[in-house]
Amino acid sequence: MTSALLAVDLGKRYGRKWALSGCTLDIPTGHVVGLVGPNGAGKTTLLHLAVGLLSPSSGSLMVLDEAPASSAEQLGRIGFVAQDTPVFENLSIATHLQMGAALNPKWDEQLAQQRILELGLDPNQRAGRLSGGQRAQLALTLAIAKRPSLLLLDEPVASLDPLARREFLATLMEVVAEHEVSVILSSHLVADLERVCDYVVVLASARVQVNGEIENLLSTHHRLVGSRRDLDNLPESAHVIEVSHTDRQTTAIVSSADPILDPSWSVEEMTLEDLVLAYMGQAEEQRRVLLRSNGGAK
Amino acid sequence: MIEFRLNGNSGVSPYQQIVQQVKSALRLGRLRIGDQLPTVKEVVGKIAINPNTVLKAYRELEHEGLVAARPGIGTFVVNSFDETTYAAQRTLRRSLEVWLEKARRAGLDDESIEALFVDTFLFAPKEVVR
Repeated sequence: MTSALLAVDLGKRYGRKWALSGCTLDIPTGHVVGLVGPNGAGKTTLLHLAVGLLSPSSGSLMVLDEAPASSAEQLGRIGFVAQDTPVFENLSIATHLQMGAALNPKWDEQLAQQRILELGLDPNQRAGRLSGGQRAQLALTLAIAKRPSLLLLDEPVASLDPLARREFLATLMEVVAEHEVSVILSSHLVADLERVCDYVVVLASARVQVNGEIENLLSTHHRLVGSRRDLDNLPESAHVIEVSHTDRQTTAIVSSADPILDPSWSVEEMTLEDLVLAYMGQAEEQRRVLLRSNGGAK
Repeated sequence: MIEFRLNGNSGVSPYQQIVQQVKSALRLGRLRIGDQLPTVKEVVGKIAINPNTVLKAYRELEHEGLVAARPGIGTFVVNSFDETTYAAQRTLRRSLEVWLEKARRAGLDDESIEALFVDTFLFAPKEVVR
C-alpha cells in the first residue's frame, strides 16, 4: 500500500517559531484530502515541504514513498498549484501549454488542448487578462496535463467567486473520476471541502489536531446534550474535545469508538464543520492556557 | 436522463440524497427500466462532489436490485416499483393540484400545507376499502 504522504514527527522552524511541529500523518493514496485550518496554521508550510520547496527542520517526510524532490521522476509524479494559482501574466495560454510540453516528459497534450477548448478560452490570450476563475482553471490544466499521481493544491478556490469556485471543484472531481490521482487541497473554508473531500486533516497552532476518513470521523464523534453534570461514566475509549455548561445543561463533543449508550444523554450526529470547529477551538483554548501559564511564570 | 441536485442544509448525506432521488424518479416514472443513469464523471462534473459518493450511491441501488452496472458502458435501471401505477398517478396529481389551489385560496402557507398533508397521511387509515 502506497502512502500519498507519510510524515513522522515532521517539523519546520523559522527562527524561533515553529510553523509546523510534531506532524505525524499517513495518508493513503486514492483520497481527496482536505487540509483545513485557520490562516497561519501551517497548511502552506506542509504543502511546501511535500513538494520540496522547503526542507524539514525535524522529522521525516515521504511523498509517494520517496523523499520530496529527490529525483526528476519523483517530481514528475507530483502536480502542484501554489496559492493564488500563479501563471505567467505576459505569456499566452498557448505558450503556457508549450512550456508544459517541453518541461514534462509525460505531458498529455490532448488533455491540455481539450480542457482549454471546454473552458472556452482563446489560446492566444495573454494569461494576465484572464479572470480569476479562468486563471485558476489554466493553472489546474497545467498541473493535470503532466499526468501526476498526486495533486497538491494550496487554497485553490479561496479567491474565487461562488460560481467559479463550484466550476473549479467540478473540474477537479472530473479529473479524479477519470484518472487515478490522489488530491490534497488546503482551504480555510469547510463548506468547500464538505462536498469534495473524503479525508480530512485539521491543522491548528502548527499541529495536526485530527485526521482520518471523514465517514469514520463523523461516525466516532458525537455531540452530547443533557442535564448539567460532570463528564464521568463515558465509555473508556471516549475523549472529550469540547464541553460547556449552563446552569442546567451540559453540552459536550466527544470522540468515542464505542457507542454512547447512557440514555440520559441525547446523542446528536455531527457535521464536518462542527467537527473541524471543535478541534480548532480546542487548539485555541490550549494556546490561551499555555500563554497564561507562561505569563504567570514570569 | 435524471439530473441530480444536492441540498447542503438538509442533514441528509449526499450519497443518500442521490439514492433517494433515483428512487423517487423510479416511483414517478421519470426513470424507467432500461434507462441509463448519468456516469460518475457526468455527475461530479455537474454538482462537484467526490466520485466515491456517487459510486457508493450506485452500489447501494445495485445492491437493492434496482440498477445494474455494465462494465465499460454504464449503469442501467433493471427494476422499478410498480409501473402499473403510472397511469393512475396522472389523475391523482391533477386532483392534488386542485386541492393545493383550494388550500392556497383558503390562505394556508407552504408550511401549513405540508404539515396538513403529512398529518393526514400519517393518521389516515392505511387499508384500502374495496
